[in-house]
Amino acid sequence: MDHKVDRRGFLKLAGMGAGVVFASRLALNSGSALAAGYGSGSGADADDFFFVQMSDTHWGFSGDKVNPDAKGTLQKAVAAVNALEHAPDFIFFTGDLTHTTDDPKERRRRLAEFKDIVSKLNVKNVRFTPGEHDASLDFGAAYQEFFGDTHYTFEHKGIQFIVLDNVSDPTASLGTNQLAWLKKVLDGFSKDQNIVVFTHRPLFDLYPQWDWATRDGQAAIDLLMPYNNVTVFYGHIHQQNYHMTGHIAHHSAQSLMFPLPPPGSQPKRMPVPWNPETPYKGIGFRETQAEVKEHGFNITEYPVVKA
Amino acid sequence: MRTKHYLGVVALLAGVMGLGAVLADTPVSEQAQMVIPNPGEQVIKVSSHKFEFVPAAITLKKGVPVVFELTSTDVIMGFNVPDFKNRATIIPGVVTRIRIVPDKVGTFTFFCDIFCGAGHEEMSGLITVEA
Repeated sequence: MDHKVDRRGFLKLAGMGAGVVFASRLALNSGSALAAGYGSGSGADADDFFFVQMSDTHWGFSGDKVNPDAKGTLQKAVAAVNALEHAPDFIFFTGDLTHTTDDPKERRRRLAEFKDIVSKLNVKNVRFTPGEHDASLDFGAAYQEFFGDTHYTFEHKGIQFIVLDNVSDPTASLGTNQLAWLKKVLDGFSKDQNIVVFTHRPLFDLYPQWDWATRDGQAAIDLLMPYNNVTVFYGHIHQQNYHMTGHIAHHSAQSLMFPLPPPGSQPKRMPVPWNPETPYKGIGFRETQAEVKEHGFNITEYPVVKA
Repeated sequence: MRTKHYLGVVALLAGVMGLGAVLADTPVSEQAQMVIPNPGEQVIKVSSHKFEFVPAAITLKKGVPVVFELTSTDVIMGFNVPDFKNRATIIPGVVTRIRIVPDKVGTFTFFCDIFCGAGHEEMSGLITVEA
């Protein structure tokens, strides 16, 4: 665990108008620690772009003490993303699209409903990776019927995005085949290539006592370590978390169904109860501005409902 | 010979349950883990089924080794005790043993680390280690 925020980047609080909780910036090059202006677009390079990360929507969850609006939160999130000032180039869902069910028919029904709801997003470049709730009971079979491959790559404006699946294996592993694939992908990149990894579970041992880890995640980190510009975005833990493994930054996202408590803050990992005085607190999504030439990312967190 | 027979049972059960992919990435050394309790050594039987361990609260003495005898009556489960860096895969119909030497006092979580169904995330227990 090696936080190098002071030297390699900085975190700043910023009041960005209605809806924005905070903005943070991780500059991967130490000499580029000036944030581009939010809202105005000042300082942004022509190649810079925005993407949105949405996570842990758990469509199909029910439990009024945790989220009495379980059947309406995802639709509110879609509306909030559609209302963003900056239209993102693409939107990425980092898993647990649906809440798990032992019934394969119900699993497919939930996946179909989820897909229909997110089809209302104005931005049509939408990509996905599964969470264990979607994929761990059938090795990703139902998920793949709706969303295709569970691990893949894509390129956008010079950044190479790698999507890793650490949930289709119910042991929460990437597996030797996927690790070999990852090595082959990385072998094709220069050491200075700007690389972003999307995955569901943390690749590092965030808090194994609550199963917040990937069994063979360290092997993936070892493969990524020789590359100078790597950032990982993931979900699973239903809250923001920032962690460095060497020079690799790992950012977790909030859930769009219910928050979970900070790691180790209580004996059991249980959802944070709904507070009628602060509805939707801890539920939200993030918009990230990619500064392509500077290998930096400005992250802005949004609540699902404006206060 | 005994190990060979054990692996045969594991492979058969895994095939029947459609979980070959799971075990394909599980080290053979772990699958074949054959811990034999020493004479007089404490043995604690822990059975599992969707979605609980029985017992779910276990008390140990610091420094006193214990062998857990783990069984499952329905599906493949995991038994993971991160604070003591030990885990096991539990195959239905097979007794799996692991040895833990509790080297610190406190209360520690154990949980199922193989996603087993809708109640998987609540499937955990506590080990209390006394001085």
